[in-house]
Amino acid sequence: MIVHTQQPVLEVHDLTVSYSRKPVLWGVDFTLPTGCIAGIVGPNGAGKSTLLKSIMGLIPLSSGYVKLFDRPLEEVRHRVSYVPQRESVDWDFPVSVLDVVLMGRYGKVGLFRNTGTRDSAIALDCLDKVGMSAFAKRQISQLSGGQQQRVFLARALAQEADIYFMDEPFAGVDAATEQAIIKLLREMASANKTIVVVHHDLQSVRAYFDWLILLNMHLVAAGPTDQVFTEEMMQQAYGGRLSLLSQVGDVMEKRAFPSREH
Amino acid sequence: MQNLIDFISFSDPNVRYVVLGNVLLAASAAMVGAFILLQKKALVGDAVSHAVLPGVCAAFLFSGSKNTALMLIGAFVSGWLALITIDYIAAKSKIKKDAAIGLVLSVFFGTGMVMMTYIQQSGNAAQSGLDHFIFGNAATLVGADLVVFSILAAVLLLAVGVFFKAFALVAFDKPYAEALGYPVRRLDLLLTSLTVLAVVTGITAVGVVLMAAMLVTPAAAARYWTDNIRRMVGIAVAFGVFAGLSGAYISYVAPAMPTGPWMVVVSSAIAFFSFFFAPRKGIVPRMYMQRKNQRVIVEENTLKMFYHLGERNSHFDGMRSLDELASTREVNKALLKTALRRLVAKGLLASRDGQWALTDAGHQKAMRVVRLHRLWELYLTKYMDIASDHVHDDAETIEHILTPELERELEHQLGYPDKDPHDTEIPK
Repeated sequence: MIVHTQQPVLEVHDLTVSYSRKPVLWGVDFTLPTGCIAGIVGPNGAGKSTLLKSIMGLIPLSSGYVKLFDRPLEEVRHRVSYVPQRESVDWDFPVSVLDVVLMGRYGKVGLFRNTGTRDSAIALDCLDKVGMSAFAKRQISQLSGGQQQRVFLARALAQEADIYFMDEPFAGVDAATEQAIIKLLREMASANKTIVVVHHDLQSVRAYFDWLILLNMHLVAAGPTDQVFTEEMMQQAYGGRLSLLSQVGDVMEKRAFPSREH
Repeated sequence: MQNLIDFISFSDPNVRYVVLGNVLLAASAAMVGAFILLQKKALVGDAVSHAVLPGVCAAFLFSGSKNTALMLIGAFVSGWLALITIDYIAAKSKIKKDAAIGLVLSVFFGTGMVMMTYIQQSGNAAQSGLDHFIFGNAATLVGADLVVFSILAAVLLLAVGVFFKAFALVAFDKPYAEALGYPVRRLDLLLTSLTVLAVVTGITAVGVVLMAAMLVTPAAAARYWTDNIRRMVGIAVAFGVFAGLSGAYISYVAPAMPTGPWMVVVSSAIAFFSFFFAPRKGIVPRMYMQRKNQRVIVEENTLKMFYHLGERNSHFDGMRSLDELASTREVNKALLKTALRRLVAKGLLASRDGQWALTDAGHQKAMRVVRLHRLWELYLTKYMDIASDHVHDDAETIEHILTPELERELEHQLGYPDKDPHDTEIPK
């Protein structure tokens, strides 16, 4: 079940992504309305992060295209912000919290110019929004997991974008941080920003998201949460072994061997 | 001493060349090396510094003379080829990056050695001194070389200066840099080229193999002294320059001594020193901190013994013998004795005839430790729902580290209690 929208902020069209020729996402096709908080949900290995990375142009597409604001990514990069997984970087890197948040301004200032006082003011403001302004001068290795996530969020905010892609922002953070983040996301959504979040805690899906993208190597469903978050849909997405795709995958894997005597 | 004065005064033009050349190459290598280290590509520096050898030999075979500029070009080409090969192997085959580095490094260096042997046996008179390219000899630097060096070093300084922000971003978070639209591939290629250039700059003075050390060692040492990337690069450059100067001086004083190995020895010494003695991060300061903590624990526990004995017979300032004290808790008597001696020296205990008693200051301090212990026990039972017979061990540690601010906060939260969970009085 896929619910499409008119004048979508994001259009993913017939997207197929492969890692060394083995498809990990098949024919994903959906649209998102402006100002929603969308969750990408699915079992482990469903390709949630892969979907996010391919939208961000970080991995090559085997087929299909992605349009943001009805344009290709290159033309609207300054309106798009990305929050990678917290574990993807070395937190022992010799920079301060403020330095990391300032990186959010690097896209705006460009390759050759340095960030100025205005950028620092914006960065400090963003740190304040995530409740981390007291930590601006702190070296990043001294942060807890929840604090690291807040810093990443502040860095994304500093981009002053219109659409935000976040890879597991709630993974391994404390309950207080989770609540602070979701509160911030709601404020952003009410300011007509669009937020796409890779998420894996089904308990909170209904409370957090108003749009849901249900993934299991292919698109199971996409649409408003109350229409998508049904037992039938979840069964389709999480009853992994039964889906036709994994059966085809199994056959492809074994095709060098005879499956029956005849 | 006269040597040192001659050296510093730069009266000998040779000294001038050697010193300037060394400083330039060491500074530029350390600067590029900092980013190689932060990108976790230290082995790449090693690979490049080996892989430039066939290029040097090929340039010699081609020109038949030791033309520095030509050899640097040869070195640059083969170093660059090696890095491209490594990336290609890692991307297109089952071989992982570390194996690819090992493979390319040995193949290139081996080929270089074969060519070197061939040249040395060819009877070409110009070949004498070519082996300096392996270990380097700053004494062979001449004015013309210095011009080439200065240009290379200027290019390196300028490039790193311009792209500092971008290199730091890519080293910290590559996917994010890509998402921002930064030309990550081209920046990687640029850093690769700068690495090769830095190695090439050093081959006449330091030699091909040892340049790897001049890239990475100053940066690794600098990381111990700061958590700020700009300062780290600055300190790395300073360390590199110092090593370069030392190498030049040593080979000036003792001409038989090779410059390159001495530069490496000096910069390794700096690295070892940093590793052991850098404040906060070094091994020795950390050990010292732990020892200090251990001492505080033993001393405070000893004071507690007096307080507990005092509670038993409500007589807090009585004289106590060693055996009496040791009966309150399990303790090593030798350790207890040294602690008692230190506490006397600090004025917290008074001693007479092999017996000890709390002074007023000692009594205050003992009371505070006991107080913190009992407050913490109460906090654990009240707020963390831990059974009252499970809280003692935890409180034994926490009592030593609670600051006065935390103590006030604790008291406030608990509502200024009188009794701990075991119904013992909390002293005030």
